Amino acid sequence: MDLSDAQSIVVVGGGQAGAQAAFSLRQGGYKYKLTILCDEAHLPYQRPPLSKAYLKGELDGERLFLKPANWYSQNNVELKFGSRAVTIDRSTNTVQCEDGFRIRYDALILATGSKPRKLKVAGSNLKHIYELRGIEDTDLLKKVALPEKRLLIVGAGYIGLEVAATARKLGLDVTVIEMAERVLERVTAPIMSAFFTRVHQQNGVKILTNTTLSHFEGHCGDVSMAVLADGSKIPCDLVLVGIGIIPNTELASDAGIACNNGITVDRNTRTNDPRVFAVGDNTNRPLVHYGRKGRLESVHNAIEQGKLAASAILGSNRPVEDCPWFWSDQYDVKLQIAGLSQGYDEYVVRGNDQSAKFAVFYFRNGRLISTDAINSPAEFLVSKKLIISGVNVVSSKFEDTSKPMKEILNNYTI
Amino acid sequence: MASITFIDYQGEKRTVEGANGLSVMEVAVGNGVPGIDADCGGACACATCHVYVNEEFLGKLQPQDDMEISMLEFAENIKSNSRLACQIKISDEIDGLIVTTPESQH
Repeated sequence: MDLSDAQSIVVVGGGQAGAQAAFSLRQGGYKYKLTILCDEAHLPYQRPPLSKAYLKGELDGERLFLKPANWYSQNNVELKFGSRAVTIDRSTNTVQCEDGFRIRYDALILATGSKPRKLKVAGSNLKHIYELRGIEDTDLLKKVALPEKRLLIVGAGYIGLEVAATARKLGLDVTVIEMAERVLERVTAPIMSAFFTRVHQQNGVKILTNTTLSHFEGHCGDVSMAVLADGSKIPCDLVLVGIGIIPNTELASDAGIACNNGITVDRNTRTNDPRVFAVGDNTNRPLVHYGRKGRLESVHNAIEQGKLAASAILGSNRPVEDCPWFWSDQYDVKLQIAGLSQGYDEYVVRGNDQSAKFAVFYFRNGRLISTDAINSPAEFLVSKKLIISGVNVVSSKFEDTSKPMKEILNNYTI
Repeated sequence: MASITFIDYQGEKRTVEGANGLSVMEVAVGNGVPGIDADCGGACACATCHVYVNEEFLGKLQPQDDMEISMLEFAENIKSNSRLACQIKISDEIDGLIVTTPESQH
């Protein structure tokens, strides 16, 4: 469907993906009505610092904003704060918001994001049990994250470990519990889990894996104790729950838009309704370098899909998909991840995994599919190029630290 | 406080003021200066805030760390005066800084 004559484009959600779609629409020359329905009360902002510099107090709230307020007025982008979309009527092309606001669209971009998975154990409603997704969440945690408070973190994923690192810098006593047998199990190989476990232990974090929470106990309404499945108890003043996110798909699925672990989209972010697009954490998208579909929870994905939606609507040149990439900062460790390692059949380590500078390369069928680079940006950047090219590689060459990455890259025609 | 001039690849100039302690990337983003994507928001993780620094200011900037050097080594269209704008901190010493943005950050 040609939408290049659209007179009204509505973006549902003012996170990084939705905002990027709006930026790219204006940058691409779209001149008509452009509205972002934000259920948060803030200008679109970056989330990655929420568990790091912003929680640490090194970054003011204003420095989180993707664009200053005057950009939206100068570019005639209407931000409807506090307008939470509740229904889409695809027969009349309208979106209805909770606050009564109703708007017609010629093209609709669903950037509804995701929500933290909730704990279901008894005592989860006690005070001082936190989650971390938005600015308010960090503001609440920041107020109480005082030196010597005992913080229990449930879940050893990126959020949990980043908050653990920040909390240690702030002087808290930190324990992380994880159901799986190792930290970051869902996203990385055992060697990386071992590395991050060691780094956190060296920084004084207690990490308990294979550990299941039974329930919380409280005192005068405040959480005071986590009771584990084996009956042992961990006294705590604060709890942070970081056990993953769930894509916000209800708005789409209620309107009959196809969803399957996320809103199903094609390479141009189009859903099964040609006027409706979806971008960000909430999409199940083609992973073009891997020949399958999946959901990506990342800044890269938010930006890329925002740009793709804009170019699809405008009928302009579409950007080429990048290989998925991620980063995480913990203490002095910068982890950069290129690609997706699920399904690897071989891996090699470049450098010493007992040091704070090495990389793990993951291969499948003779091709590089992913790299975890610890304080090793060259390894990360070369990997991105090789993954995108899909070229066959010789895995043993990556181990040879006497050869710079540039030389390894030059072995291949890409 | 420093005044910074951004010149885009077509030669259009924009001069803006930046407060000490911010990065040149943040000043560009905060003033809607086009040509700097800054995908990672200043984490030195993406190399999409690449700029060319006017030669006379090169020596006045804080030196590059290993992370920035490596990131730039594999960025596109690198020159001897390439820097990542997220790694250039604003200070009085760099008042008048002139940087040119590349045609594309990818």
